[in-house]
Amino acid sequence: MNDLAIRVENLGKQYQIGLPQERYRTLRDSLVEFVGAPVRRLRLGRRSDLDNETDRTIWALRDISFEVKRGQVLGVIGRNGAGKSTLLKILSRITEPSEGYAEIHGRVGSLLEVGTGFHPELTGRENISLNGAILGMKRVEIERKFDEIVSFAGVEKFIDTPVKRYSSGMYLRLAFAVAAHLEPEILVVDEVLAVGDAEFQRKCLGKMSAVAQEGRTVLFVSHNMSAILRLTEETLLLDKGQLVLRATTPHAVDHYLASGYSRVGERTWNIDEIPEEAAPFRPISMRLCDESNRVINTARSTEPLTILVEYVLDAPIAGLRVGIYLITTRGEFVFTSFDTDTPQKFEQFGVRPAGHYISRCVVPGDLLNEGRYILGLNASAFRVKRYFHDEQALSFNIDGAGAPGMQWSEPRLGPVRPRLDWQIEHS
Amino acid sequence: MVDTSIAARSQQEDVIILRPSRGWGSLNLRDLWVYRELIYFLTWRDLKVRYKQTLLGAAWAILQPFLSMVVFSVFFGGLLRVSSGDIPYPIFSYTALLPWGLFSKALTDAGRSLVINRNVITKVYFPRLIVPLSSVLGGVVDFLIAFLVLIGMMWYFKMVPTTALWTLPFFLILSLVTALGVGLWLSALNVIYRDVGYVLPFLTQFWFYLTPIVYSSSEVPEKWRILYGLNPMVGVVEGFRWALLPGSNPPGPMVAVSTVISMVLLISGTIYFRRMERTFADMV
Repeated sequence: MNDLAIRVENLGKQYQIGLPQERYRTLRDSLVEFVGAPVRRLRLGRRSDLDNETDRTIWALRDISFEVKRGQVLGVIGRNGAGKSTLLKILSRITEPSEGYAEIHGRVGSLLEVGTGFHPELTGRENISLNGAILGMKRVEIERKFDEIVSFAGVEKFIDTPVKRYSSGMYLRLAFAVAAHLEPEILVVDEVLAVGDAEFQRKCLGKMSAVAQEGRTVLFVSHNMSAILRLTEETLLLDKGQLVLRATTPHAVDHYLASGYSRVGERTWNIDEIPEEAAPFRPISMRLCDESNRVINTARSTEPLTILVEYVLDAPIAGLRVGIYLITTRGEFVFTSFDTDTPQKFEQFGVRPAGHYISRCVVPGDLLNEGRYILGLNASAFRVKRYFHDEQALSFNIDGAGAPGMQWSEPRLGPVRPRLDWQIEHS
Repeated sequence: MVDTSIAARSQQEDVIILRPSRGWGSLNLRDLWVYRELIYFLTWRDLKVRYKQTLLGAAWAILQPFLSMVVFSVFFGGLLRVSSGDIPYPIFSYTALLPWGLFSKALTDAGRSLVINRNVITKVYFPRLIVPLSSVLGGVVDFLIAFLVLIGMMWYFKMVPTTALWTLPFFLILSLVTALGVGLWLSALNVIYRDVGYVLPFLTQFWFYLTPIVYSSSEVPEKWRILYGLNPMVGVVEGFRWALLPGSNPPGPMVAVSTVISMVLLISGTIYFRRMERTFADMV
């Protein structure tokens, strides 16, 4: 009993749809509705009124039950709209459930965003106190950790400068530093790692795993499979508000990627999936093809595979590089490669004019080991701006048939399986 | 916002129970105490930001009531010859402008507070009451600064307060309680109906004329006095004059009416706020 941190039973949350668009009602709407209601009821009769009721509500979360043991680091994954954020909002008491019950043993710290309540006019020092207090830290606690926070963020020189003069990187580092020094018994984290540059993300991940190792209970929501794999051992998979699976993380991630939750072989981006910051870069698709240019989702280890990235530049970008990450489903990076890696390409595309592009590369055969891989996309200008970033644009399988060493039915360790030219000398 | 019962276990650990709350729920003022430092920090933030962004900073706290006093003295005291009894008109109106300024500012700030702080409300839990509460408290500092000028004016007009001075804190608290009560109603309503934002300037203006600031409540016919006292600011303003200025009339039974009304506003406002609180994060 006492090693229980969170217990959730049949938790559900209902929202009225239409609210996200019409965010708030005006008094007029309410009056019209109030006056109009009896008339409508007379006209439509009771039953259709009830139908109307169910039509206008949506269950963002329903029948969720699980337990989290003290000291456990639990991942939560699922597509957009699966109910992950709603679950975290309920557990961190921001919104209340519509049905069911949850029991939380210990102080909860929630990190649904970094820098909540930061005020641009206030200095770094002032924002540390304010943000700390908003996150639930006591004043003495903030004072005690102040120096540590400042040095973690690396903003010593600017601590008395208003944060509106900070670069976005400094701002994020400071915001994360405050949050990272929160010491709740239960930490609830949402997508905070999705922001910032690679350096910042590494720092966040490092801190997160330190927190996990201290034996605190962590509930961690992310779209970033590699982060989930690195930090958690067990994961909940949500879909359409339901708990689909609770399993060890590699298993859950595999299930998520395999069952069409993430596109396989080809990934296209709709306009509404592209963040505004990406402009003028606009990704269209990413495809994995074989030698005859057919889209595939399983490639043979022995054969080369082609990766195509199709995109549009609405305006010229200086120093743009479009590249890929190859990641194993255990979250290890296999390699990173950009289309302007060679000096010739780098000079030729110093400024990339507006227009429609396809960047294509061939990953040679006899390179990857059998298993499942994730391809990420990155479009950035070094040290200037990261236009677009998707760490799991698509996933694919590598089939080991014909690869070296297949005569032994053992799994080979390591993500690569090169065909090495062994010489055996006998003397 | 959530029906939270913190039960002490044998190991003295805090257990939070989350479930849909029904009915009017409990007020859960204990949570407010746990988060008391946040009240201080939010008040401090509002003050700091306000004074940082303005050229004259804290001087505005003095200029606003002082300039109003000058205008009122010229038009109402001078041209219209509104009676202020034995008290010089400038100090008569300035004494009223102080609690009024505190009240109207607290009311406006509190009414808008939840909507302004929506990014925090949707991301972190804390008792939502803190938001309008700290907006109300933010005005007290301005009030104290403007009060220094009043002391100067009293010295200039050679007015020595009577023993009624000890009642001043009571009237100060009464104005804060009234502002908080109305502020709670308006801030919760503002989350659902943004009309409140438009109503606020009109409401404060309307309320201004219903309060004896430019005139004395003795101008109001005797038989209407009790009804007039339903406006809690009547008791506050007359109380301020009585506490500070010798030669002014004691506010009489109007104070009792005002006190009762402001308590009703505070209690009903708190209950309504608590009831609506659970939907703030979804609605704001």
